[in-house]
Amino acid sequence: MATRIEISGLTAYYGKFKAVADVNLTIEPKSVTAFIGPSGCGKSTVLRTLNRMHEVLPGARVEGKVLLDGEDLYGPGVDPVNVRRNVGMVFQRPNPFPTMSIYENVIAGLKLNGVRKKSLLDERVEESLKGANLWDEVKDRLNRPGAGLSGGQQQRLCIARAIAVEPQVLLMDEPCSALDPISTLAIEDLIQKLRSSYTIVIVTHNMQQASRVSETTAFFSLEKTGDPGRLVEYSTTSQIFSNPKEKRTEDYISGRFG
Amino acid sequence: MTATTMPAAPAGHQSLNLRGQTLRTPVLGAIAVGAVALTALLYLVTSIHSRIQFVLIVLLLFSIGQTVASVLVEGARRARDRLVTTLVYGSFLLALIPLVAVLVAVIERGAKRLDMDFLTHSMRGIGARDAGGGIYHAIIGTLEQVGLASLMAVPFGLLVAVYLVEYGTGRISRVISFFVDVLTGLPSIIAGLFVLGFWILALGQPFTGFAGSLALTILMVPVVVRSAEEMLKLVPDELREASYALGVARWRTILKIVVPTALPGIVTGVMLAVARVAGETAPLLLTVFGDNSINMNPFDGEQSALPLYIYSQAGQPQQVAIDRAWAAALTLIIIIMLLNLIARFVASRAKVK
Repeated sequence: MATRIEISGLTAYYGKFKAVADVNLTIEPKSVTAFIGPSGCGKSTVLRTLNRMHEVLPGARVEGKVLLDGEDLYGPGVDPVNVRRNVGMVFQRPNPFPTMSIYENVIAGLKLNGVRKKSLLDERVEESLKGANLWDEVKDRLNRPGAGLSGGQQQRLCIARAIAVEPQVLLMDEPCSALDPISTLAIEDLIQKLRSSYTIVIVTHNMQQASRVSETTAFFSLEKTGDPGRLVEYSTTSQIFSNPKEKRTEDYISGRFG
Repeated sequence: MTATTMPAAPAGHQSLNLRGQTLRTPVLGAIAVGAVALTALLYLVTSIHSRIQFVLIVLLLFSIGQTVASVLVEGARRARDRLVTTLVYGSFLLALIPLVAVLVAVIERGAKRLDMDFLTHSMRGIGARDAGGGIYHAIIGTLEQVGLASLMAVPFGLLVAVYLVEYGTGRISRVISFFVDVLTGLPSIIAGLFVLGFWILALGQPFTGFAGSLALTILMVPVVVRSAEEMLKLVPDELREASYALGVARWRTILKIVVPTALPGIVTGVMLAVARVAGETAPLLLTVFGDNSINMNPFDGEQSALPLYIYSQAGQPQQVAIDRAWAAALTLIIIIMLLNLIARFVASRAKVK
């Protein structure tokens, strides 16, 4: 498992608006990469191009290439549904399915893709919830609604749901921004645990978080409102936070702007 | 010693006046009694008789008295608050009056004829002055016609709503939306006339229960589309995205995530549509024709229906016929209420607890 991601010449549009321009970067397998930058710089947009979620919005389109183990996600004949089975995603706000129990939420991806075997489903629920550090808290109430959990538990439920389909890559779009510090810590511990099996890309506004969880960091920024966002610097996290090459990176991480 | 004491309040300091003055309950009671007394006096000296107007005048006098007293004691802001509160509660009570009045009237007059005999017999062979007879044939007709109409209108309306919310962009969906709006305001007799002119006269089909359900379908579809559309729009996009991100195809996402999330609201909308068409008389008048005998087959021969039955019985001069009409009206209300309860029960079972 786990997969190398190579992004080359990636430009993403919302209708006529160019949101992010000419991004080139390579993400190593089984690593945690953080995307940081001010609001509107296109880091979430780039993240969403990695599992073809960008184009879900009306008028949104992508130019350039995203290679997943050498295969172009935007090549002819590629089915976005199959892409998303390999590249899971966790969103900013926890979004468990409100009509489903905890159990059903975890296996939603499997069940909606036609897996019926009860023993396999049971096994995968336990595995995924343990993987998401949630099993001990919910094992006695698997049939209760997923929406009844606390915010942090819901987010870990969403992570369990994402890893239950056994993706190669896990994308996280500001997964802790709606959570309190304790729940954030739980998610960060979880990321440490998941890094051995998945390629993880995380978008965050929290620079301490980026420095805590990631090995490599990409800094995105934009000149002024209305301009497309660009990749400013991409390097190891220690390099970015201790000795950045670019003036703008240094200004951002030292809190002088953004 | 002097260091620990608080500095004294500066001279001329005014209290914060956090409490304010409040109208006491006895004062409000006195105003209410005064309003009633004044209205009663008004009724004695003038020639007004209406009981509804009595309530209205009392309400009006009470809110005037209350507002004046409140302005004097509590100030303008509290007075406005009291006035609007009274208006809101008053409007609620006024809206309740016709509802309760209708229910009471129907139960009062319908209950005396409503028994098993009435529910299990048709009007076959009952003469104009005979006291017997029943509504079995009309219940069968209504259930079959409304059932068939629902079978056609609900899936069709749901599909249209799904198209409008999930797929429709641009011109086609705007055109469809516009025509759905136009159809929502369609007078029900036009739907009956259309089926009469097109299905029965032009295509040469006989008067049947099915012809009636076609007319009811025309009336049901726009209601189902509108309500289902509103409910589907309320489903947050985050749930759709969560499903897409799990590698679930779009149609499955709609079927397994979007529609179930909106289901309780959709059921309510469908029930409103069913309740609306179950009481329709005009379109059935022109399509099912009405018949005094039991006809179980909606595809062959004339049928009756409860609204049609009420219409024809209520139009007759004999008291026995008018009693039958009231009892049939009560039955219709009970049937719709039962359907509503069943639908709500089914929808609540679909939820996780």
